[in-house]
Amino acid sequence: MGMTITEKILAKGAGKNSVVPGENVWLNVDVLMTHDVCGPPTISIWKKEFGEKAKIWDKQKLVIFPDHYIFTSNPHANRNVEVLRSFAKDYDVQNYYDVGTDRYKGVCHIALAEEGYNIPGTILFGTDSHTCTSGAFGMFSTGVGNTDAAFILGTGKIWEKVPESLLFTFDGELPSFITAKDLILRVLGDITTNGGTYRALEFNGDAIFSLSVDERMTLTNMAIEAGAMNGIIEADEIIENYVKERSEKSYELFQSDGDAKYKQKYHYKASEFEPLVAKPHSPDNVDTVQNVKGRKLTKCYIGSCTGGKLSDFVSAAKFLFGNEVKVPTFIVPASTAVARQLEIETVSGVSLKEIFEKSSCVVAQSSCAACLGGPMDTIGRAKDNEIIISTTNRNFPGRMGSKKSEVYLASPLTVAASALTGEITDPRDYM
Amino acid sequence: MEKTIKGKAFVLGDNIDTDQIIPAEHLVYSMSDPKESQLYGKFALSSVPQKESGLPMGNIPFVKEGEEFSEYTIIIGGSNFGCGSSREHAPFALMKAGVKAVVAESFARIYYRNSVDGGFVIPYEAKEKLNDVISTDDEVEIMLNENKLINNTTQKVYALNPLGDILPIIEAGNLFEYARKSGMIA
Ligand code: SF4
Repeated sequence: MGMTITEKILAKGAGKNSVVPGENVWLNVDVLMTHDVCGPPTISIWKKEFGEKAKIWDKQKLVIFPDHYIFTSNPHANRNVEVLRSFAKDYDVQNYYDVGTDRYKGVCHIALAEEGYNIPGTILFGTDSHTCTSGAFGMFSTGVGNTDAAFILGTGKIWEKVPESLLFTFDGELPSFITAKDLILRVLGDITTNGGTYRALEFNGDAIFSLSVDERMTLTNMAIEAGAMNGIIEADEIIENYVKERSEKSYELFQSDGDAKYKQKYHYKASEFEPLVAKPHSPDNVDTVQNVKGRKLTKCYIGSCTGGKLSDFVSAAKFLFGNEVKVPTFIVPASTAVARQLEIETVSGVSLKEIFEKSSCVVAQSSCAACLGGPMDTIGRAKDNEIIISTTNRNFPGRMGSKKSEVYLASPLTVAASALTGEITDPRDYM
Repeated sequence: MEKTIKGKAFVLGDNIDTDQIIPAEHLVYSMSDPKESQLYGKFALSSVPQKESGLPMGNIPFVKEGEEFSEYTIIIGGSNFGCGSSREHAPFALMKAGVKAVVAESFARIYYRNSVDGGFVIPYEAKEKLNDVISTDDEVEIMLNENKLINNTTQKVYALNPLGDILPIIEAGNLFEYARKSGMIA
């Protein structure tokens, strides 16, 4: 019986020849990632459980990115970063990217890719639900809580239930003005926020393999919005080149067998896609932009691990170039590397940063910022009953701050077009 | 492990996500300091929209204004309970508020793992949708050995899915105790 790519990687991690969905296995973890919200409690559980002699199983395999609550005066939030800082010092953790230094990276999932931690065929666990983002590199990656992370920190091992896989094939070529965000919103609308629970979402097809690394990460990033354990795309040459530029590690490429078993297969024609939004208050409350266009907005937000990558800003800049936004619009580069690129990349000879500033956007520093609301002084945080369109990944009640706010999720193109009119706008109508 | 869990039910809708269980702005408190960590209990379920808080009527605060504990020990949810972020603070907050078990039609994976591996609250899957048939303030009782839930207010009995593979972890207390018992760690 054939295996899916997810099953093959888990079998390797469990030291077995094969695994079947539903089976519980103990895995050897290649990388454990944590951040400022879940790192401190993880460390405290690890200390409590392993006692005086607590030892990190493999220092090289632990990666810590403070990224969530960074530019805030909240004393508790700052204390959390302080905890990470002294932990890194006390235990000599090399892969710690401290705030306030030039090592600071920004949002963990993007930084993992940029810093060469995403390696095809490997197993990554992180204390963040969007750890599934790394699946764009043909690897198994998933989120866990603090207790599981503390267990990994001490042992390098964790149990996992082998998931059934769902296969999403996108044939053909994507029309212009359609991005990976529109693809994943369609999937969410079709299978709902529950449709992937304890399952793997595997993506393939011409339209997928024509996507850039950034765009692939948008797809796998939102696998968790369907409740999935992981999202995964087989690594191809585009991924291999990206990885080789950033890491010297050897890697193994895995592919799903032709006779691998899937719980269900979905086929989409890329050419039939149109811009989509997820309406308040759930990522699966999906509709076409055409059906909701005209909805008045109070704020636009382009940022996060989903929609704050370089490709997202390049898309947005093409609209914003030479135009003025009608409502406050926030540009939050996911990582400091992306922030630097904003000053280097140009559209018609003008840097992206300058384009955004000239169109009256607020360009913020790299962090999770208002993607998850955050402390009260977080830039871009939703206030009162604001109506926001955002490139982020969640619009549950209160996710971006105020419980009374309403958040629409959309592609960077749709958000940029909407910023220029102050109402939800189909990017195809605007051009 | 206790054999029965008894208490007042607090009923919620489908897709209760972790931001509703414990809003992100509260994730900064220490989880190990006994006093500070009680703040998680105080703010548990504080982002559930008012009209959906305590069904079927709604508008029932899970934790009363100014208090740190809830009078409810059993939560009855619908499908996909605990979806969203990986924050272990979610089942932790429910435990801190005094919750012993959540009975739902289905759970999101990370929430489910966190509940069990951290030893916070028991996540029990019901064989049918119970948030339509149980009301907030009903007196309910979970019989762990028999995998059933009795509603003492209505005298109805409902079957729960056996805890299966995770039972040994729940019985041990948490993942670490389980690993110690089975000799995986010292
Ligand atoms: S940017 Fe948003 S979704 Fe991504 S890690 Fe940060 S809070 Fe989570």
